[in-house]
Amino acid sequence: MSASSVSTVTTSSITVADKLYRRRAFSNRVALVFSYLTAAFGLFFLAWILWTTISKGIGGINIALFTQSTPPPLAEGGLANAFFGSAVMCAVAILIGTPLGIAAGTWLAEYAGARKIGTVIRFVNDILLSAPSIVLGLFVYTLVVAQMGGGFSAIAGAIALAFIVLPVVVRTTDEMLRLVPAQMREAALSLGVPQWKVIVQILYRGASAGIVTGILLALARISGETAPLLFTSFGNQYFSFDLTRAMASVPVVMNQYTASPYESWQTLAWAGALVLTAFVLLLSLAARAILLRNKTSTE
Amino acid sequence: MTTIAARSALPDTRSRRDEMQDRGFSYVLAITAFLVLIALAGAALSMLWGGRTVLAQEGWGFFFSSDWNPVENHYGALVPIYGTLVTAIIAMIIAVPVSFGIALYLTEVAPPWLRRPVGTAIELLAGIPSIIYGMWGLFVLVPMMTEHVTPWLNDHIGTLPIIGPLFQGPPLGIGMLTAGLVLSIMVIPFISAVMRDVFLTVPSRLKESAYALGSTRWEVVWDVVLPYTRSAVVGGVFLGLGRALGETMAVAYVIGNTVRFSVSLLEPGTTIAALIANDFAEATDTYRSALLLLGFVLFIVTFVVLAAARLMLMQMARREGTT
Repeated sequence: MSASSVSTVTTSSITVADKLYRRRAFSNRVALVFSYLTAAFGLFFLAWILWTTISKGIGGINIALFTQSTPPPLAEGGLANAFFGSAVMCAVAILIGTPLGIAAGTWLAEYAGARKIGTVIRFVNDILLSAPSIVLGLFVYTLVVAQMGGGFSAIAGAIALAFIVLPVVVRTTDEMLRLVPAQMREAALSLGVPQWKVIVQILYRGASAGIVTGILLALARISGETAPLLFTSFGNQYFSFDLTRAMASVPVVMNQYTASPYESWQTLAWAGALVLTAFVLLLSLAARAILLRNKTSTE
Repeated sequence: MTTIAARSALPDTRSRRDEMQDRGFSYVLAITAFLVLIALAGAALSMLWGGRTVLAQEGWGFFFSSDWNPVENHYGALVPIYGTLVTAIIAMIIAVPVSFGIALYLTEVAPPWLRRPVGTAIELLAGIPSIIYGMWGLFVLVPMMTEHVTPWLNDHIGTLPIIGPLFQGPPLGIGMLTAGLVLSIMVIPFISAVMRDVFLTVPSRLKESAYALGSTRWEVVWDVVLPYTRSAVVGGVFLGLGRALGETMAVAYVIGNTVRFSVSLLEPGTTIAALIANDFAEATDTYRSALLLLGFVLFIVTFVVLAAARLMLMQMARREGTT
């Protein structure tokens, strides 16, 4: 009773300033609640997607998954040939993309200086970094598959993936080399060491943790890539060791099996999804850990 | 005479050798750097070249006709272009405010010890392969849309004037709205990461001055942080838009892959990337050429959007450098 009478007294006597203050406090509270909700929204979907992958995929995890090849419909089998194919294509992509990327990044950081062409290449590289991967697939199709007479091949898939690795490695190499203190270069150069030796023996050592992080992130990105492989490496039901032939890969097999009506295929697709997601997330966490440790140790 | 020449020759050849090696080294590096330029130009030109057949056949009508009929060998790309734009717009309508809220949470609201783990978790969303989003969308989100969201939209928003027709449709679950929803979740980590990073570049003396004048946290963010970082925030949004336009697998799973124009967002449609992913491996001749030309269109659109994004981010970085 008394509480309500007090409140009526205060509401009747509030001033314009009070009103303004309340409105500001109210909009502030709305904004804060909104920010909590959006953060919860993001975490909620992360948890939901991970939970779906785990709950649907855990049933398909067994030894056969890693030892047997992809089965015909309605039969039991595994994804061994797909895991092998993915590993081969990712390895070849890294082997092609990394040296080129490190070299190009080094040129940007050490030789381009303030020249305009350096800015242009950085700009283009940044665009390549977020370019749709399917476009790179089409490019490699016309560049490799069509030139080889229209036959799908593992090497074409690996080249498509290498185009995704390249900009990531260029960017991290460029950034990491520019973080190496100029005194290191000057000290080495003043001893008469040629510049290429300064770069290879001194600067790369200083930037190695960062460059390795870039390579790991690139690997995490390409191991889940599906779109550019659909019409470069295509798929193969059997084990293949031939780089010039079509080769199976985990994402493409998953893509084929998810859409199928066969339960054994769908189980395999989700098991593949779980392995793939776990691999990719662990890899990006590892990359982050390396970067973090390196940052704290140099500071 | 000879001894002097021999003596002076020794350091001379060495420095010459060093110089040669240095020059060779820098040339090799320069060639690889230009490879980046060649890759991008090559990608664009190869698709345009591959699409020349259909361009000669259809002319400009390719871009403005909605008649996509591989059986009768007619190709008009309006439907996939429309689908690409609409799904990306839906994604941005959801993702931009949510990303802003997340960036606000990570820079101003959350207790400091929580910022890194939450930020990392959100960034992990970006690491999940897009095919996983597609499978999740198809097996989890689509049934949910069918059972709950579509009937509700039909009953409540579908009856409104003007925007009503957008939300009327059969409860299929697949369609442009679902695709836009999945896309929004995929681009949130990209946009929020850019926003958070640029919010952190705002000098704390600016924010502290505003707090000292009695500003609330919201006022500091809205009136100080956001104006200071405007160009970079827009750049981050464009970066997300570029991703949404070119995303393939996640969309291909949930959009229905029908090359037919429909006003309703609940009807199946298609996007450029999804159409290419579905049909390219089996396509032949003119159809293949049409898909390559579509790829070129996608490339140009994303190039323009991403270039705008980079320019705006660079503008912010340049101002950071001078002040």
